[in-house]
Amino acid sequence: MSMFNDPFNGSKGACTCGKHTTQSEHDVASAAEARKVAQSCEEQQLERVVQSAVMRALFPNDLARRNFLKAVGGATAAAAIAQVFPVGLASEVLAAGGPPEKKNLKVGFIPITCATPIIMAHPMGFYAKQGLDVEVVKTAGWAVIRDKTLNKEYDAAHMLSPMPLAMSLGLGSTAVPFTVPAIENVNGQAITLAMIHKDKRDPKQWKGFKFAIPFDYSMHNYLLRYYLAEHGLNPDTDVQLRSIPPPEMVANLRAGNIDGFLAPDNVCQRAIFDGVGFNHILSKEIWDGHPCCAFAASREFVTQAPNSYGALLRSIIEAAAFASKPENRKQIAEAIAPANYLNAPVTVLEQVLTGTYADGLGNVKQDPNRVTFDPFPWESFAVWMLTQMKRWGQLKGDVDYQGIAREVFLQTDAVRLMKEAGLTPPTATTKTFSVMGKTFDPAKPAEYLASFPIKSG
Amino acid sequence: MTRSLELRARVVSLVLFAVFLLVWHLAVSGGGSGQKMTPEYAKLMGISATQGKSAMPGPLDVGATLWKHIKDPFYVRGTNDVGLGLQLGHSMLRVAMGYFLAMAVAIPLGFLIGMSPLMSRALDPFIQVLKPISPLAWMPLALYTIKDSGMSAIFVIFICSIWPMLINTAFGVANVRKEWINVARTLEVGTFRKAFTVILPAAAPTIVTGMRISVGIAWLVIVAAEMLVGGTGIGYFVWNEWNNLSITNVIVAIIVIGLVGMLLDQMLARFGRLVTFPE
Repeated sequence: MSMFNDPFNGSKGACTCGKHTTQSEHDVASAAEARKVAQSCEEQQLERVVQSAVMRALFPNDLARRNFLKAVGGATAAAAIAQVFPVGLASEVLAAGGPPEKKNLKVGFIPITCATPIIMAHPMGFYAKQGLDVEVVKTAGWAVIRDKTLNKEYDAAHMLSPMPLAMSLGLGSTAVPFTVPAIENVNGQAITLAMIHKDKRDPKQWKGFKFAIPFDYSMHNYLLRYYLAEHGLNPDTDVQLRSIPPPEMVANLRAGNIDGFLAPDNVCQRAIFDGVGFNHILSKEIWDGHPCCAFAASREFVTQAPNSYGALLRSIIEAAAFASKPENRKQIAEAIAPANYLNAPVTVLEQVLTGTYADGLGNVKQDPNRVTFDPFPWESFAVWMLTQMKRWGQLKGDVDYQGIAREVFLQTDAVRLMKEAGLTPPTATTKTFSVMGKTFDPAKPAEYLASFPIKSG
Repeated sequence: MTRSLELRARVVSLVLFAVFLLVWHLAVSGGGSGQKMTPEYAKLMGISATQGKSAMPGPLDVGATLWKHIKDPFYVRGTNDVGLGLQLGHSMLRVAMGYFLAMAVAIPLGFLIGMSPLMSRALDPFIQVLKPISPLAWMPLALYTIKDSGMSAIFVIFICSIWPMLINTAFGVANVRKEWINVARTLEVGTFRKAFTVILPAAAPTIVTGMRISVGIAWLVIVAAEMLVGGTGIGYFVWNEWNNLSITNVIVAIIVIGLVGMLLDQMLARFGRLVTFPE
């Protein structure tokens, strides 16, 4: 099923696409179709792209799709799908032809390497390339970035990926529909412990420890809780978890206020750099390929300024594509180190981004996947986060896991823009993955949740 | 005699300062040898880990950094990196706005409370409850309701600097000598004229004392407020340098904050002397 084919045409024949009675007729028709598509206005084309993506997601098997269409008819199917999925909205957003409604945009970020695509897009000109004048504003903490985005002081912001879910659900703030059109980074976090705990490498010895996490609604919180619980510690009763903004963590670790943290880089590497802590494990050892931070925008911005939003998202995805190549990482480290951006030593950023790092115990380690950049917002990531919110009592009652995930994590935009940026977007919308050896099936969140012996409430 | 006392005090101040600098210098200059490490590992580590150098800077480092900031106070290298002079300007502007707003509310209200025993008793419980609230506790509420971080910072300054002015104004107004009020009454002076020509000059020293306390508090609070909301200002500068664990710059900021605070206080002290009268 090609990208530009009408996904609602169900007739089946003998040619390769199944639409025509003979192969030659198919060839003639497809050439005509290609011309028509090329000539048709861009919006229609986009709508068709989106419809294709949706249909493909619903019916991965081409034969099943055709049978379905034959049974109900193309128009009915289109209408039915429009009900569950806002095709119009998504297509509108992707119609990037128009000039941006708003050229001067403000994007907030927290000074950590997770924000690399958002930050580097400024000095390296990815925003300017899309005709945008973006001001990237450093912000003091997650609650502030949330409030400033809700206030519309920021048009879009760097957030922890569970935050837009929490905001859409009204957890910890008023319920405002937010979206995650792109993940920024995968991996790139670590558990760092204070030097005095050099010999306590077994989590079972960590009873009574005080750990810092960046925010309650963070992957860090869920990963640390998961890790502790897998080692038999109850994160609610056996240890203390404190929410501390990343930049303040090293100072607190040095002062002995906390025993360790699961934090974003460059904070972890900075603690090692200053001889304050050592690397216990990288977060990829808990879940390789976990998402961390997200590029988030309110649904209002997405619908009211679709061209600006599209251009912004394109810059982020192109920046992420550039950052995903290891050979570019050194250059990026230099671009984002100055006081205007991360305000951190280049050596630290290089260690984080290239994955050749000092572990704080006298060894130089190498792991090119310490942090990597993959913008695709898998819905199954959102479902996993929701199961953990439920597991630790942040979310009560029945949860429509898939429904919320689909509302917040906007995959269609990412698919198209990733293609443009030269990345290969995945064709499925969910994927299974495993966290500490335990497989997660996004289709069965409730069963997954029930399988954990340690949970709150 | 008084002149020589002044002179001697200055000398003692200077000596104390020199001793302080010397002790500071000696305290941080001693350094261990650091951990043993291979060269390629050492290349990845910071100076405090490799050379065992204390993370605390000495007075010479601070002096050099301070000089660097003084030489170039108004640079702009992007949204998040502007010179110390501009940061101070942002903070002062916020303080001024919050402070003048507070003055515009506190002084008339203080007059009302001071002149009317009824209002004084009626408003007293509110003042007593609101006064001890830490201004920063208002911050989340302000951000939520005002929906603008810059305005929220100004609101926090407003709410913290209103109380000393209000209470001092009310106190000053209520304690104008009864004789003067009685003279005004026998001369059948109207209420407004009485307020402006009798009570205001009489209560002015107390009011200015309230203003002086307020400006001190406002300057204290702006640093904390800017550390919370970020963006611009001297408080943001401290936070940004803390983030980079640059103690040197934090100390420079502390010195500058202290000097500006002193300057503001001296300005109001001078103003206070202008309105004082001998009895």
